Amino acid sequence: MTWANILIQGALIGGFYALFACGLSLMFGVMKVINLAHGDIAVVAAYSAVFLVPKLHVAQLWAFVVIVPLFALIGYVVQRTLLQKAIDRDPFTTLLVTFGLSVVIENLLLEIYSANGQSVNIGELVAKSWQVNSVIYVSYVSLVVLGTAVLVLGALQIFLSRTSSGRLIRAVSDDREAAQLCGANYKHVFGVAAAIAFATVALAGIAFGISTEFDPTAGGINLLYAFEAVVIGGIGSLWGTLVGGILLGVAQQFGAHFNLEYQTLAGNALFLIVLAIRPQGLFGRKVSLNE
Amino acid sequence: MSSDTTDSPSAPTLLSVDHLTVFHGQLCAVDDVSLSVGAGEVLTIIGANGAGKSTLLRTIAGLHRPASGTVTFEGEDITHQAAHQRVRVGISLVPEGRRLFASLTLEENLLVGAHRAAEGPFDLARVYELFPWMKDRRRGKVFQFSGGEQQAVAIGRALVANPKVLMLDEVSLGLAPIVIETIYEVIPDIVSHGIGVLLVEQDVSQGLRVATRVHCLLEGKTSLVGTPDSLSAEEIEHAYFGADLPDNATQVQPS
Repeated sequence: MTWANILIQGALIGGFYALFACGLSLMFGVMKVINLAHGDIAVVAAYSAVFLVPKLHVAQLWAFVVIVPLFALIGYVVQRTLLQKAIDRDPFTTLLVTFGLSVVIENLLLEIYSANGQSVNIGELVAKSWQVNSVIYVSYVSLVVLGTAVLVLGALQIFLSRTSSGRLIRAVSDDREAAQLCGANYKHVFGVAAAIAFATVALAGIAFGISTEFDPTAGGINLLYAFEAVVIGGIGSLWGTLVGGILLGVAQQFGAHFNLEYQTLAGNALFLIVLAIRPQGLFGRKVSLNE
Repeated sequence: MSSDTTDSPSAPTLLSVDHLTVFHGQLCAVDDVSLSVGAGEVLTIIGANGAGKSTLLRTIAGLHRPASGTVTFEGEDITHQAAHQRVRVGISLVPEGRRLFASLTLEENLLVGAHRAAEGPFDLARVYELFPWMKDRRRGKVFQFSGGEQQAVAIGRALVANPKVLMLDEVSLGLAPIVIETIYEVIPDIVSHGIGVLLVEQDVSQGLRVATRVHCLLEGKTSLVGTPDSLSAEEIEHAYFGADLPDNATQVQPS
């Protein structure tokens, strides 16, 4: 029963990792931007849920209704201004700019909200859980987060594979110059991809803020986990990211079972093993026409 | 305005390029080139490797910025328009190396090509008529296709945008002669709709066969213009390789 619990708890936390990671995966897949500020954006979303949303007289539970569209807009604007300027120069500049963004965000949050721990208050709901048997408890919040992750990834998958906008995003990520020659404004397409990425990571940030206490520097470790989930699953595969997140979660729970300090270590070990044996990730493909 | 281009037949001029100069860093890739393309004619640009042919086409498509000179389309100065805007104006480029969307199916590649399409004779069904093998394989991923098939998809992808001027960059590169034939077979069909074709070819004989007019580039400069009938093989040879080469070099057949 202990093993079943490890699997279940791992899968639940894995859903959160996948939700957190899909935006990272999308931005890397479409515009080859490794957004080092990805985790910090989630933290900003969590802070917004705690401090800004109540001012609009919206309950913190419903913060996502305001924050997700807002962050989509912010994502589009940041991409079309700051990130596009960086991309126009070179990949290294882009990495530095997102790193700089991460530092600026963390320090601004420290300055404004101090280093005290915060959490998104949704009342008693956070402690409620479904007791399967004497060992296994499934927290409602984790279950909802996993469900949300599956829903978001599924919707994103359908959007990318079935709609004309999604097709354009895939075309631009394959070959942005060729897409231009088909009449596509790739900068706008980049903006749309960033909007989706920011919206999903904002959702993940709120989920994070509900389930644990966070402080201004919480973004870094989540970025690491998201990055690991993407690499384990394979870049460019959304279901791969979900599986990667779940495997990472299970590995961490497995490590924690022996010693709480092994939690991160076990996850990192899985990440390194996958990287060594299958660098393209479990579901990654190597497709290239134009070497 | 376009005084140094040869007189084209009565066809109305669609695209004109005037005194275009393009740099790649320090290198002057295209040096003061002027040309024009009218409706329903085929202008073939020939020249050796590095003569600036592809750069010229890419500049017309909006992928490079010229240092000086203008690109005009139907009387409108489009020199400063972005590449994606030029597609809507009516210029499509089939780029060198085909540049298909590798993770998309054949049909999806064509749909991306058609997503900003103008009104006109070409749509997916028409392209499937032009290349009948495509219909059965429209759900196939293009990276599994042969070079000739990929080239056909690239041409189809440009055609479905219904351009007024279609630019083809090295369509025969790396293809077997028999495959090149089938690719070139569609050009008369394209031209019959009044589309102007701007063709870049290293395969001179193939380029000349379909050309209404020929424009030869040598180290970025115009070295020869004329109609295929009016030019002798020797003239073309000189324009292609440069006039001041040693004797043994000029004997090479440019084909």
